[in-house]
Amino acid sequence: MKTIPVAFAVNGEPVEVSVEPRKTLADTLREDLGLVGTKLGCEHGACGACNVLLDGHAVRSCLLLGVQAEGAAIETVEGLGRDGELTRLQRAFRDHHALQCGFCTPGFLISVTEYLRDVDAPSEEEIREALSGNLCRCTGYQGIVEAVSSLLGEEEAP
Amino acid sequence: MKPRPFEYLAPSSLDEALGQLAERGDRARVLAGGQSLVPLLNLRLASPEALIDLNRIGSLAFVEEREGGIAVGAMTRQRELERSSLVRDRMPLLPAALRHVAHFQIRNRGTVGGSVAHADAAAELPALLRAMDGHVIARSARGGERRISAGELFDRHLTTSMSPDEILTEVFFPDLPSRSGWGFHEFAKRHGDTALAGAAAIVAIREGRIASAAIALLGAAGTPMRALRTERALTDTAVTDDIGAAVQETVREEVDPVADVHGSAEYRRYLAGVVARRAIADAIERAPR
Repeated sequence: MKTIPVAFAVNGEPVEVSVEPRKTLADTLREDLGLVGTKLGCEHGACGACNVLLDGHAVRSCLLLGVQAEGAAIETVEGLGRDGELTRLQRAFRDHHALQCGFCTPGFLISVTEYLRDVDAPSEEEIREALSGNLCRCTGYQGIVEAVSSLLGEEEAP
Repeated sequence: MKPRPFEYLAPSSLDEALGQLAERGDRARVLAGGQSLVPLLNLRLASPEALIDLNRIGSLAFVEEREGGIAVGAMTRQRELERSSLVRDRMPLLPAALRHVAHFQIRNRGTVGGSVAHADAAAELPALLRAMDGHVIARSARGGERRISAGELFDRHLTTSMSPDEILTEVFFPDLPSRSGWGFHEFAKRHGDTALAGAAAIVAIREGRIASAAIALLGAAGTPMRALRTERALTDTAVTDDIGAAVQETVREEVDPVADVHGSAEYRRYLAGVVARRAIADAIERAPR
């Protein structure tokens, strides 16, 4: 099959791959770049496990084509922590038991990273609305809501 | 690999895109935000020979104040419209309804034109356009530009009256009538799920009577529909506490919901009445006296 060369940035590093147009960005990240932190659940936009930041905004990487990433800045879960250090958000997830099997966690972390940048003092209902775009099949969500709530009203960036 | 193979075209101008579409017609699909089309490709429910990606055409993304309303470029992301201060101040109905469009991650990518062109009978933007009597601009290489009113656009579920060589370029949301109020309510099993029923209401009140009423329903028929009989019944009636119950009743009589795995027609008919009653109550509450 014919492939198309694509150049973009992932977690601050320039990358170049050559992919078939029908290959999703999620598969491009996982198979061509080895970044398997991004998970694939439903592959039609419902579950949120594949969320990545595209130019700073959380999007479903299963609903983007790899070729559409040309020129974009992509951040995946691998890029959140630096030098082996977890981010405050990741620590909050650990401290509040916001994960069990961990499959959905990268997608949640990406969504909440954008969300925390945008909100001021959301109510619990608003937090739950913001989390509604990610499915978790084991925690029951309470720990996730608590992890996010614990970071609000603090000064430091997540 | 999920989708079947296709030719991928990424034009940098609208004219280039129109030319590519004219050559291929219904063998090609136009790709906007991809939040409905790419799932269909991944599930192989759609297998176009070519995809014409509009995401490189910067001129199709704008939110502009115009005489009598706000014009929105087809490739404007739904999230951008939701967060526009111009829209929030001039048409708060829009962000109130956009909150219900899937989840913010979908709205970050999903476009205003894409949602309207997709013409889902249970989607929020098509129903808003119907409630507001808005219109769209469609362009083709063959016929140039034409304006299509919301009433003429939605043909049936997932189908518009646009021809295969036309691209929707702009969506126009007219200002609400003077001295009017608005309401928007929908019911979905979980936040962000496709609504089982929803209603947008716009009501103008003069001297204690309803001067004009527009009620659009989503998920209540094969297309986003106006509750015309209910609107006629409301016009020129006095604003009383009984209006909600009357609206609920007449809306249930005129909707024609389609049953599916998520809800029976009977249940959706019931819900249509409920959301219409709530929307009209908010609209009356918000209308200046």
